[in-house]
Amino acid sequence: MAGENAVRLRPPRNAVDRRAVGWWSAQCLLAAGLPAAVLAVLGLLIEPARTWLLGTAVVLVALGVACTAFFPAWWFRVHRWEVTDEAVYVRTGALWQEWRIAPMSRIQTVDTVRGPLEQLFGLATVTVTTASSKGALRVEGLDHELAADLAERLTALTRATPGDAT
Amino acid sequence: MTAGPEGEWRRLDPRTLLVTAAVFCGVAAGAGVPIAAGLAGGRPLWQAVAWVLAGAVLLVGGGTAADWVRCRRTRYRVGPDRVDLHTGLLLLKRRSLARDRIRTVDLTANPLQRVPGLVKVRIGTGESTGGGESTLELELVTRAEGERLRRELLARPAATGADPAHDGTLAVLDPRWIRYAPVSFVAPALGGAAAGAVLQVSEWFGAQAEVIDWIGDRFQEVSLPWMIVDLLLLATAAGAVGALGLWIEMWWNHRLEREPGGTLRVRRGLFTARSVTLEERRLRGVELVEPLGVRLLGAARVDAVATGLAEDDDEKHTDLKTLLPAAPRAVADRVAAEVLRETEPPTSAPLTAHPRAARARRLRWALAAVLLPAAVLALLGALLTPVLLYVAAGWTVVLAPLAVLLARDAYRSLGHTVSGGYLVTRSGSVRRATVALQRTGIIGWTVKQSYFQRRAGILTLTATTAAGEGAYDVLDAGEDQGLALADEAVPGLLTPFLVRAGTPEARSTAR
Repeated sequence: MAGENAVRLRPPRNAVDRRAVGWWSAQCLLAAGLPAAVLAVLGLLIEPARTWLLGTAVVLVALGVACTAFFPAWWFRVHRWEVTDEAVYVRTGALWQEWRIAPMSRIQTVDTVRGPLEQLFGLATVTVTTASSKGALRVEGLDHELAADLAERLTALTRATPGDAT
Repeated sequence: MTAGPEGEWRRLDPRTLLVTAAVFCGVAAGAGVPIAAGLAGGRPLWQAVAWVLAGAVLLVGGGTAADWVRCRRTRYRVGPDRVDLHTGLLLLKRRSLARDRIRTVDLTANPLQRVPGLVKVRIGTGESTGGGESTLELELVTRAEGERLRRELLARPAATGADPAHDGTLAVLDPRWIRYAPVSFVAPALGGAAAGAVLQVSEWFGAQAEVIDWIGDRFQEVSLPWMIVDLLLLATAAGAVGALGLWIEMWWNHRLEREPGGTLRVRRGLFTARSVTLEERRLRGVELVEPLGVRLLGAARVDAVATGLAEDDDEKHTDLKTLLPAAPRAVADRVAAEVLRETEPPTSAPLTAHPRAARARRLRWALAAVLLPAAVLALLGALLTPVLLYVAAGWTVVLAPLAVLLARDAYRSLGHTVSGGYLVTRSGSVRRATVALQRTGIIGWTVKQSYFQRRAGILTLTATTAAGEGAYDVLDAGEDQGLALADEAVPGLLTPFLVRAGTPEARSTAR
């Protein structure tokens, strides 16, 4: 396989913030915990179906805990980003990994989003869109001040690069 | 009308009302006959007819009056910089398009509209944002006015100058191409729809059981399997006839032209005349589409890959991007080359094959798609009834070879190359598509690898673009192949992120 001019994509330079692990874990736990809580409450109220409902809730919680133990650490190793003067380069995913590259001259908008959980962890997500309906890049789990600086820098870079981005 | 510096306000053609009235008459007749038949059961015939007539008059009169108000309240003007449309009775809508953003002016006219010589005009900016906000519809104006708008709004100082080698008619429909209509996927769909319609209509009249009995009587002397085969053949034949009719309606008088100034124009349609105009600078490439049946006959369809076309998903605008219906492969290649102003068609460039791992992947998917349902059936059969075991066996015996054939064909379809200014990629078996995408139209890369792809050393490279579907895939290319292709197609973009395989940096992929 690895011939003379075999090449690979190198990982982007920067890791995401350490706190992202906590944020992802919280997301996993909430995603499993909320339905489990609803099922548990129903299970306590509805006598005949108690075993089924409580059983499902326990399975959900177990799944959530397993995912929390496994995925956030993996995501943290994979999720990386890099901004050069020419391009934005992002790697995401775990089982399915994705490397996305968008040249600076084709970037149309740069947004920062902070959901309630992200605010709790002091994090932000930067979304970079191009004219393609399928070409958006998302950098999750950045420190929110870093994210704001990054968005500002990207906007300035984009403005300095000519072209109509299509 | 006031004529300011912004141009003169114009109105829709008053004969629009005739068309509207005709449409409402049709609706009234369609709904009135069954209602009259229903009412006539309980009371004298003349009474039922009178009731229905009164309702019809109310409907037609009301509908036409509403349309009259709409016509009165609608006006548009073409200024030096902008096109404005004001419409609406209570909710005033004012839409204004900058003229230098207008990319398409499409004219359509259905048979009713063609009798008085009217057309519907759609003026679009080709922007991908905001569904209908970027189009302006005039319903209806005279054909001459429509043509005037089209010429005026799309008239540009010819940037490229006249190009006698490429201007003029690029393709004219050859009636013999109708032979590709019955093998398209439209035919079985129409056949199924016809069979469904027979049952549905008979159910409305409570005669479904009789229809089924009648069919049973026709086939009294043949066995059940043969009856099913016969009925399937019948439905297929009906579908084929329908596909022929549809093809004639859609593609009659088809003509693909390039007009001076750099616009492509497709004109077609037997009853509903359509004229679709596409500005060449929105063109980012072409796609050669070969559905299985059409491909077996050696034919292909040519679609445009252009910005701002795919977003018009209201109505059935998917056929707007088709430049040439299924035609012999050589013709399709020639048209693709001429549309792109190339001497050699990039769509017929020799393609690089993909690694064997891609083939193994396709075979695994195909077999899984057949064997998983078979396993479920077999399990149920073991638990419930042995009949399901036979079904599972039959399913596997019939479908497994078919799936393997399709998988091997899908692998043979895979291919990619860089040909001149184009990135060419091909994939698909049931619907094989060859995309030639301008390298300058690529606005980013996505490299995807699943866990299994990483182990097999293959990746899916996706070129994102502002045009067409927004992204075009090179499926399951070798890791070196794919990255080298991306690096070659858009020089410099990927280079800073590539390293030689075997260096420690390259190995730090988190598996």
